[in-house]
Amino acid sequence: MRDVAVIGVGCTNFGEWWDRSFRNLFVEAGVMAIEDANLAGEQIDAMYVGNMSAGRFIEQEHIGALIADYSGLATQNIPATRVEAACASGGLAFREAVIAVASGMANIAVAAGVEKMTDVDTSLSTDALAAAADREWEGFVGATFPGLYAMIAKDYMHRYPLTREQLAQVAIKNHYNGARNPIAQFQKEINLDTVLKSTMVADPLRLFDCSPITDGAAAVVVAPLEMAKKFTDTPIKVLATAQASDTIALHDRRDISTLDATVAAGNRAFKMAGIERKDIDFVEVHDCFTIAEICAIEDLGFCKKGEAGRLTMEGYTALDGKLPVNTSGGLKACGHPVGATGIKQVCEAVLQLRGEAGKRQINGAEIGMTQNVGGTGATVAAHIFGRT
Amino acid sequence: MVGIITYGAYIPRYRIKLEEIARVWGDNATDITGGLGVREKSLPDMDEDTATIAVEAVRNALLRRNLDRSAIGAIYVGSESHPYAVKPTAATVGAAIMATPVMTAADYEFACKAGTAAMQTCMGLVGSGMVKYGVAIGSDVAQGAPGDALEYTAAAGGAAIVIGNDDPIAEINRTCSFTTDTPDFWRREGQAYPRHGGRFTGDPGYFKHVQGAATMMLEQAGTKPSDYDYAIFHQPNAKFPQRVAGMLGFTKEQIAPGLVVPRLGNTYSGASMVGLAATLDIAKPGDRIFVTSFGSGAGSDAFDITVTDRILDEAVFNRGAAPSVEQLLANPIYVDYARYAKHKGKIMVQK
Repeated sequence: MRDVAVIGVGCTNFGEWWDRSFRNLFVEAGVMAIEDANLAGEQIDAMYVGNMSAGRFIEQEHIGALIADYSGLATQNIPATRVEAACASGGLAFREAVIAVASGMANIAVAAGVEKMTDVDTSLSTDALAAAADREWEGFVGATFPGLYAMIAKDYMHRYPLTREQLAQVAIKNHYNGARNPIAQFQKEINLDTVLKSTMVADPLRLFDCSPITDGAAAVVVAPLEMAKKFTDTPIKVLATAQASDTIALHDRRDISTLDATVAAGNRAFKMAGIERKDIDFVEVHDCFTIAEICAIEDLGFCKKGEAGRLTMEGYTALDGKLPVNTSGGLKACGHPVGATGIKQVCEAVLQLRGEAGKRQINGAEIGMTQNVGGTGATVAAHIFGRT
Repeated sequence: MVGIITYGAYIPRYRIKLEEIARVWGDNATDITGGLGVREKSLPDMDEDTATIAVEAVRNALLRRNLDRSAIGAIYVGSESHPYAVKPTAATVGAAIMATPVMTAADYEFACKAGTAAMQTCMGLVGSGMVKYGVAIGSDVAQGAPGDALEYTAAAGGAAIVIGNDDPIAEINRTCSFTTDTPDFWRREGQAYPRHGGRFTGDPGYFKHVQGAATMMLEQAGTKPSDYDYAIFHQPNAKFPQRVAGMLGFTKEQIAPGLVVPRLGNTYSGASMVGLAATLDIAKPGDRIFVTSFGSGAGSDAFDITVTDRILDEAVFNRGAAPSVEQLLANPIYVDYARYAKHKGKIMVQK
């Protein structure tokens, strides 16, 4: 296998874009990534696009061809593939692009992610997202994503010493970071009161424990490491790509407060990269709900089970902490256009490693990690990146 | 100059507190009332509907100024809840005030701004000399599906504005409109309750159109917000008009008299016009009033109004002869959700 590097990144502003279309968003992100990589369109060998539910959100399927077409590549007849794994669609699309380049099947591959979620009302979007869980055993009996993650939170708080304030600190930290990210949906800092006084969604999760509904797109370009320097002075090496699966229904898990797929993907990624947890300078995790960030930090092995709440409270995961988590603002503040999130995480890791993360730049970042979850943890993609 | 000859409002006496509605649906009452800035809303009695509210409002207008009924040449009733899909409310109103048969009449619909559109139509008819007086009414027994966000504010009430150019109590210096095809809120034929685009009703709906019309008016009139003594903006809740007033440069003091929504709710087609009526209740000669309505679908009508000496001239106009909006809001009868459901016809009964 060949070593692979990210040579270009692009991401739209995340938000409620009522006057913009699905196509408009991914074209913007794609053009940014291609320009960032100093590429011409005809140099692209393959495209992979992460998208969860365009069929429900905009009544459009066949997204791979659509994206190639509207990117102006129809005449090139390149292979264009849609990848779907619920909220992990972006992470898996990136992994497919990396595998294609590593295997030699492609030289230049684009991995994109896009979701246009605000063209439908909240009840339809909630139901579309619930399709990421087990429809027969969870969805049909009324479980929604906030409900399922609330069960994780309840179980976790019953077994480990996580306080309501510690959980809120995840959102406070991520809004602080989001306020320093120009593409973030929410660029406003919040305090403990904001979280604790917000509307109850599913006990114990309140509105500010939940990531929002978002429109957005992100794209990255990957190439063999040996070719990367031709396009950019700062290629970012993909040190590891890993993926794992688990039972689709939460109640079938060995332990509902531990995402075994995160544990497995994390272990595989560290093994592939040949590095240890302490070598990681920052991590972008899938904080669809505040409890998900707590679980992710632990399940990736950065601390023992039950410690992440305290560490968050102590500032360990803050921008200036020992292990900054979600410098982008995470799903909570940056926004969560589901298919785009996994790619946005890669964009953030690349910007941090290049030293181009502006007001949220962490000093001397050499190695970063991303973790992207589908459903309540039935699919997890984990990637590790390093400066070259 | 074409202006307002007289005006009247009507609000049913019944109220339900938002916390009572929240109790039924298991919502947090503090979140709801805090988020909307509305405490309670009006509801009709068993035998009240858009037509009866319209009639009461015009009768209140005519109590203040007794006009020759045969000189009323036009009646337009704006509403989202006309009792009939086909059969005009406006003809019923015309008969009730004995203005029929030599008159034109029609029902208007433009979500919450149909009443101000009726004012503009009457201005045209009066200005061109086709009629002496035209009556513009905004009246609604507003619809909101049980459990929907709209149910917390959809209220009952209305106002009538009589337009003419014969000694008006307020001159309408100018009007303009801002209209686009925007699907932020709608009710299709045969459906009982409107649907809406949630947060989409905010920036792309209300704020874009209210700002569009208001800014256009300030430019056309060559005025600035501080030139006005009062301002009224469509009030689906208390937050939207307060926010848009701030964005445009109007003060809390300017909008205070016309901001009736916290105690009334959203009377849809009646909302801006009841706010205008409440402002006329306290206005003095020379006061300048800025009005911008909003109707989903979507559009806004703006008006630049100057109050004349006639508003205090009891020889032609007796403001105290009809109840003020403040009086109509006073002494409410509070009901629980069960009685509210009965009054709103939400309970199926055997007939």
